[in-house]
Amino acid sequence: MAAPLKKPKRKNPVLRTRAPMLPPAPRSRISLGLTSGAARGVFELQVCRDCGAVQYPPREACKECLSDRLDWTPHSGRGELVAHTTLRHAMENYFRERLPWRLGIVKLDNDGPHEAPSLIVHVHGDCAEPPARVRIRAMLDRSGQAVLLALPEKDTPHMSDDPQMRELTCDPKFRKVFVTDGKGPVGQAVVKAMIAAGSDLVWVGEAAPWKKIPGFEEIAALPEVTMVDLDVTNPDSVKRCAGQIGPKVDILVNTAEQHRAYTVGGRYGTENARAEMEINYFGLLRLAQEFGPVMMSRGADTETNAVAWVNILSIFALANKPDQSTFSASKAAAHSLAQAMRAGMHRSGVRVINLYPGPLDVEWNQELRPPKVTPAALARAIVGALQGGAEDVYPGDVAKDWYERWRRDPKVLERELAHGE
Amino acid sequence: MTQPITRSASRRAPYDGIVVTTPVSIPYVRFSTRGAHWWIGRALAALVRDSGLSKDRFDGVCATSMSLAPDTAVGIVQHHGLTPRWLDFIPMGGVTGVVAMRRAARAVQAGDADIVACVAGDTNHIDSFRQGLENFSQFGKDAVYPVGTGGPNASFAFLTDYYMRTYGARREDFGKMCVAQRENALAYPHALFKAPLTLEQYMTARPIAEPVHLFDCVMPCAGAEAYLVMREDEARGLGLSFGRILGTIERHNAFPDDPVQYRGGWAMDGGELYGMAGVSPDDIDFFETYDDYPVINMLQFEDLGFCAKGEAPDFVRSHTMTTGGSFPINTSGGQLSVGQAGGAGGFLGTVEAIRQVTGQALGRPVPDAKIGLVGGFGMISYDRGVCSAAAILAAGD
Ligand SMILES: [Zn+2]
Repeated sequence: MAAPLKKPKRKNPVLRTRAPMLPPAPRSRISLGLTSGAARGVFELQVCRDCGAVQYPPREACKECLSDRLDWTPHSGRGELVAHTTLRHAMENYFRERLPWRLGIVKLDNDGPHEAPSLIVHVHGDCAEPPARVRIRAMLDRSGQAVLLALPEKDTPHMSDDPQMRELTCDPKFRKVFVTDGKGPVGQAVVKAMIAAGSDLVWVGEAAPWKKIPGFEEIAALPEVTMVDLDVTNPDSVKRCAGQIGPKVDILVNTAEQHRAYTVGGRYGTENARAEMEINYFGLLRLAQEFGPVMMSRGADTETNAVAWVNILSIFALANKPDQSTFSASKAAAHSLAQAMRAGMHRSGVRVINLYPGPLDVEWNQELRPPKVTPAALARAIVGALQGGAEDVYPGDVAKDWYERWRRDPKVLERELAHGE
Repeated sequence: MTQPITRSASRRAPYDGIVVTTPVSIPYVRFSTRGAHWWIGRALAALVRDSGLSKDRFDGVCATSMSLAPDTAVGIVQHHGLTPRWLDFIPMGGVTGVVAMRRAARAVQAGDADIVACVAGDTNHIDSFRQGLENFSQFGKDAVYPVGTGGPNASFAFLTDYYMRTYGARREDFGKMCVAQRENALAYPHALFKAPLTLEQYMTARPIAEPVHLFDCVMPCAGAEAYLVMREDEARGLGLSFGRILGTIERHNAFPDDPVQYRGGWAMDGGELYGMAGVSPDDIDFFETYDDYPVINMLQFEDLGFCAKGEAPDFVRSHTMTTGGSFPINTSGGQLSVGQAGGAGGFLGTVEAIRQVTGQALGRPVPDAKIGLVGGFGMISYDRGVCSAAAILAAGD
């Protein structure tokens, strides 16, 4: 059983902060299909459309029949650990700094017409000696690429505290979290969820301290919570806030959002659209410029390092919902910026996690029919992403439905949305 | 002795009238500031020196190197001013010694070349081993290197772990082979390891990737090995001692569905090897195994018919494996004690076998060595060694 993680001691300020080293990132193009699945939290392997053979490592042609029709297909991940080793020596600095490190070979169960492949995997400390039943998960490592992890068949106590697993997750336990706006229902739900997940210090941003919002006093009174002034539309405010807490933030959750629901012609002028862009896009850019570099410098700082940046986008970022036209556009801009943030931050091992929820159950979606995502469900999805290995999350039934349609054919989705479907 | 392998009838043409000669080795060093071409050039010069032939007489070249990029054999002939009419490059690591011999022998037999220089040379700069691992194969880059394996150590740790669990091998059994090989190496002038190794030192060495410990691993280094293949009459005319090629096999990607590798391609072709050679395992006087990790020795003992699958641990316990022992292996010390000079590691056993059957051992000769077996095993890609090969050589006269 994994030893429960102890609350880390305060860092000695005299010591040099360990520079972030990364596990090897280069992959062949074909192999990035594994990363694509892992980014969504799914373990997918290529399966031959013609003969059903499951392939690994990723290939350009079927090892049984030479067909090139290999489809990435979700896999149960069930198999048997048949051999293992504990590395005491490694060539790459990332692993040298983290030895010992357990690896194994897992033979997947034969569930098709051909012999299933063997996988070389990271092995969770709670997996028994071979031969042992295990389940495989595809997770993103600190360089943002997929790796495979063998977990014991059933969950074990303190499982997420296993040091190898913690390298693949962004678990909030004992990490310091900054929730950029704690006033709205989403911000409040996120604060509660982070504390429940083991965060021992949550900074909560507050743009307008004079505004009284239901439930907020209860949040502010929690012992783990510290309020900070932050108005993401104000460059000086963002800079001041970053100077105050930036070097300590391990996980940043950007909950600041402006949301109105108008068609293109529904609101004359650009004032409303500007307000949305000011918070949803420029606000994110300001935060990224002020908090990004300092978080990146702490990408490998002890066991409670800076690990994640969480953006709450919207499924409308992928395809515009015409009756929320400018809101969709601002989220599309943020989605695009988040891609660039990822390209920068992955160099330090800090993961950018994007959530693309369907309509939330909040005031500006009042007229939308259910299903809607409650703030609590969204907060659970955030914690789930941090504790898992994914970076793109689609909370709610609407988001999942849209995402599948968008993947299949963005033009078809666009036309259906134009006709109100 | 259990002999699961029976000779199978071979329809392949024998290597009649074709011989191997002029074994040369360029002394290994741990790190070299020279390029791979320097090592290959020294080996070619040694072939010229020891054969008495001018380099213009080498009208065939079969070469291997893992540190020559972006060059291949084409770069070698231009660099060293050779003008061959037959040229081959075999980037296959541990099987190259046998594979070069097979190809060169057929080329000479068919008249496509008269004298083939088979040469392997590699340099080793400070970081070249790690760089080589990072780009060793697409499967390696995608599915092994990213999880921290640090090269073949982990892959062989899996094989060793599985073999020990399944067949009851103990670390002492691997240690016994390593200790015997070290004793052989102490008489071989080019071995990088000059100090004796005791079983206690072996057992208490630091773990690298459990159950693999320090003395199970070869030391990467720089070096070169080479030999010539020609017709027997040519060798006689030049007054060169030579060995005969009785039989050879080569197999790639054997048993891909084995969940963990516990047998090599030898298990497919062992009968063919002995059938072609017209000898049995009992006739073998010494065995130059491919010993990049001692567990592979055991796989070769089994797959090449010295004992049944799973019996190699007992086989090791019941034999002495030094040059003067009941079952001499790796008579120059093998890669475990001489060092692994990249692709030249694949030539080490072949060159040593030629020396033994021609009475030119640089170290201790195996008494009355008439017939020697060479094993090759190469290219750890993803979870296993993909290439395997073997050859049986005999004294020329
Ligand atoms: Zn197929």
